[in-house]
Amino acid sequence: NFCVIFITFEGFLSRAGEANFPLAKMAAQEVQPSETIAKLKSESEALKTKLEEERAKLHDVELHQVAEKVDPLGQFVMKTRRTLKGHGNKVLCMDWCKDKRRIVSSSQDGKVIVWDAFTTNKEHAVTMPCTWVMACAYAPSGCAVACGGLDNKCSVYPLSLDKNENLAAKKKSVAMHTNYLSACSFTNSDMQILTSSGDGTCALWDVESGQLLQSFHGHAADVLCLDLAPSETGNTFVSGGCDKKANVWDMRSGQCIQSFETHESDINSVRYYPSGDAFASGSDDATCRLYDLRADREVAIYSKESIIFGASSVDFSLSGRLLFGGYNDYTINVWDVLKGTRVSILFGHENRVSTLRVSPDGTAFCSGSWDHTLRVRE
Amino acid sequence: MSTSGNVVAMKKVVQQLRFEANIDRVKVSQAAAELQQFCIQNALQDPLLTGVSSSTNPFRTQKLCSFV
Repeated sequence: NFCVIFITFEGFLSRAGEANFPLAKMAAQEVQPSETIAKLKSESEALKTKLEEERAKLHDVELHQVAEKVDPLGQFVMKTRRTLKGHGNKVLCMDWCKDKRRIVSSSQDGKVIVWDAFTTNKEHAVTMPCTWVMACAYAPSGCAVACGGLDNKCSVYPLSLDKNENLAAKKKSVAMHTNYLSACSFTNSDMQILTSSGDGTCALWDVESGQLLQSFHGHAADVLCLDLAPSETGNTFVSGGCDKKANVWDMRSGQCIQSFETHESDINSVRYYPSGDAFASGSDDATCRLYDLRADREVAIYSKESIIFGASSVDFSLSGRLLFGGYNDYTINVWDVLKGTRVSILFGHENRVSTLRVSPDGTAFCSGSWDHTLRVRE
Repeated sequence: MSTSGNVVAMKKVVQQLRFEANIDRVKVSQAAAELQQFCIQNALQDPLLTGVSSSTNPFRTQKLCSFV
């Protein structure tokens, strides 16, 4: 018993510079594990209180108060310009290609489809070996797509110019988790993929070798979503989970650098504000929230008493002024990010909206639904 | 013994909290002003905000069919 304690403390001697407590003194004493745990628990509670106090000190104003002088937005009329039909079951995820016209979508029926959103033509279709393909992503080059779900993997399919070629033959398994894949995203190149999983972790993978480059531990339950910081802001990403937490991670070190826990239920979607200084989240608690990274706190809540169903998916317009939220009550609510008010409510889907992304040039946004369709609107 | 594993886990929690408590922060007023500034600066380049005319909007251009 006593020997084990020594070994545990030794691992922390190398971090002596960061530690406050007198390590040498503790190592010399006969400390029982239960006393140590009690001390650590009270220190952890004290630190949590300190964290809240530090954040509260800087909470001098609300975002919507600062935004009082900004011109209010006018009426928004957004129409569905394209309806993409072809999935045989619930659409779970979608992503835009950088060419601003192609879209990849994945479904509960195991199909992954690449569409030309201008013409609504299906350009490629892949049948996955599993149902519930919860995640899909377009590679930056436009030459491949990644997807996964209940198979616990993330696989990359190079897109062939030959429409008759069987894409499944060239499939490359990249990521392996111990539970379902909930989200995936290529980094700035086709060479690396970031994944999140029901196993509670996120991971960074090398596509070519399938090697695990970094893993991210810290969520206490399923991780449901992730988003990479805009490339100008450096190597970080944000993840949201069933533990109600949104965590910001350093991609190189694997360290969680900031953590936010103000939602009252699962966080289904996270998306960076275009400047990279903030991110929005959508949750089963029927709210969307905005967290500023420099103020290190929540700075806005987007909610209404009439909205009681969870928000499944969020994304910003190009300037960050509009936040689009897809909800489980089949609607899309459009929020004025600065003023905190809703500027529009969009109908059309006949079941839950499960996924929503603004196009790369900001001219349109696409939503996918449990009603088997995708809609492109602007 | 599982309690030593708990000690390791608790130490990690304490260390993480210590790290998070010590980061630099700015006032909400300053952060909010910068978020607002970004919106305003980029408002004109935001097609969903300003609307795009039919002629330039790729989702609205009608293709003309001609029968030969």
